[in-house]
Amino acid sequence: MSRRGFPLLSLYYLGLLLLLYFPIGVLVLFSVNDGTTLAFPLRGLTVHWYQDMLGNRVLLNAVRNSALVALFSSLCATTLGSAAAIGVLRFDIRGKLAFVALALMPLLVPFLILGVALLILFAAFDIPRSLLTVAIGHTVVSLPYTLLIVMARLVGFPSNLEEAAEDLGASYAYTLRRVILPLIAPGMLAAWLVAFTVSFDEFVLTSFLIGRDPTLPVFIVGQLRFANRFPQVVALAIVVMLVSLTLVVIAEWVQRAGSAASLSRRASPAGAAAPVGLAAVQTGT
Amino acid sequence: MKRQPAGWALIGPPWGWLLLFFVAPLLLMAIYSLRPDMSGGLFNLDWTPTLKHYRTILEGESYLLLLGTSVRVAFVIAAMSTLLAYPLAYFLVFRAGKRAPLFLTLLIIPFWTSYLLRIIAWRIILRTTGLYALNSKVLLLDSFGAGEPFAIGLYRVTVIITLTYVWIPFVALPIFAGLQRIDRSLLEAAAILGSPPWRSFVRVTLPLSLPGVIAGFLMVFIPTVGEYVTPVLVGGSRSSLIGNIIQTFFGSGINWPLGSAMALIMLVGVLGLTILVARLIDLRRYLE
Repeated sequence: MSRRGFPLLSLYYLGLLLLLYFPIGVLVLFSVNDGTTLAFPLRGLTVHWYQDMLGNRVLLNAVRNSALVALFSSLCATTLGSAAAIGVLRFDIRGKLAFVALALMPLLVPFLILGVALLILFAAFDIPRSLLTVAIGHTVVSLPYTLLIVMARLVGFPSNLEEAAEDLGASYAYTLRRVILPLIAPGMLAAWLVAFTVSFDEFVLTSFLIGRDPTLPVFIVGQLRFANRFPQVVALAIVVMLVSLTLVVIAEWVQRAGSAASLSRRASPAGAAAPVGLAAVQTGT
Repeated sequence: MKRQPAGWALIGPPWGWLLLFFVAPLLLMAIYSLRPDMSGGLFNLDWTPTLKHYRTILEGESYLLLLGTSVRVAFVIAAMSTLLAYPLAYFLVFRAGKRAPLFLTLLIIPFWTSYLLRIIAWRIILRTTGLYALNSKVLLLDSFGAGEPFAIGLYRVTVIITLTYVWIPFVALPIFAGLQRIDRSLLEAAAILGSPPWRSFVRVTLPLSLPGVIAGFLMVFIPTVGEYVTPVLVGGSRSSLIGNIIQTFFGSGINWPLGSAMALIMLVGVLGLTILVARLIDLRRYLE
């Protein structure tokens, strides 16, 4: 593994990896510990926090709200991002560079500021704060990711397939549906999953834009005051973590399979097989 | 590269969305910061623009001081997570060999678990181990006359530890991408010409990986300047950052115009810094 017998870096990697997983391990331990505080030696293992969680209506409602917001915002962001990616890469439109710059700007604006600004906007138009206003905010911050991921996918394909379709008499709408969309579908799926994850976990923007009905992160922060209910929340968080990890692994697999199948003839860029998050980062730098 | 109408149909909706929900809110915030007070709705035009909130911020030392503190704390967190992440990325690119994708995935998994929960995990750890008391111990230490810049960091020691931990895998990604782009033949050339490994690293690898390093640094610095959750969750009584103050102005201590002015100053600062850094990277390209 290490050349020249230089295991220092391997050890460093291993050590830091342990450090990174340590808090997650603590959470898992906390969720099966029979007590509301973590003290060693553990008093006993239990699954009753998990059982309580399944019976906690308010908590499950928060999960449902988060899922709704994430579903809505990720669909919007993926649709808008994919349309923009095609428009930018396949058309000679005036001001498209300005558009890309603007679309990436949400990455540079601290969420706190965007949250405050959107709060003012909604207040100005007397729009009551709700799950919808949260979803609108999440769409804005997910857009850079979806745009970059779909662009990274589309840029790998020459436009001659589309030209061939149109030379053979297909309308642009038909070409879009039968040629371009199937080509970028894996990118769109990856983009959707990233947008979903970004939204599901988001707290700062949400805290400014949420109404009475909380999403999961808002609920979790609210529950921190009640020590006796907290283990349930952690138990739920672990379930959510497992679900989102599964989603991410699927996204990565889809992207990898997609790029392996269709890009095999082209020189694969350095990040072709890199995970989804990395794809976004790479195109951004 | 033709058919403008279809192109506009594709790009129009995202343009509109961004103008409506990104540009317009920020502009409104800028306008709001000029209002003397909050009386009347936003479309109540019966007010004269004033710079008094900016004056309050710039003359009242405490706000500027806190802004400076927040920038410094964000800088320390970004620098520490970048420094700690660099060897990780280096290991993945140059040492891990075939298993690099697996090792990279293992590194990213913690990043995909909820940001909030990882912070809460630290809260549990800090409370269980008694490290949480560190914040108040620091207060004690301060009374013995620790230097001011030192104290700024000490009050926020748990915040700094927690956020550095949270960001490490995130920063490793752009550095990894940057290192991966380096042409290996350059390193071979250096070795053939007799350069010892450390000098190849200092003269070839490090300079070429700088864009990735700077991107990673900014990716941490920008959100951290506006951070307000972590100080609440793991910080001590004196760990507030500028984000907490802005949040308070829009929450319980209702003063939206003053909060807007402060948010705008912060935004201009962050964007200015980013543009400056982006210019610096470009400049380097011209020099090479």
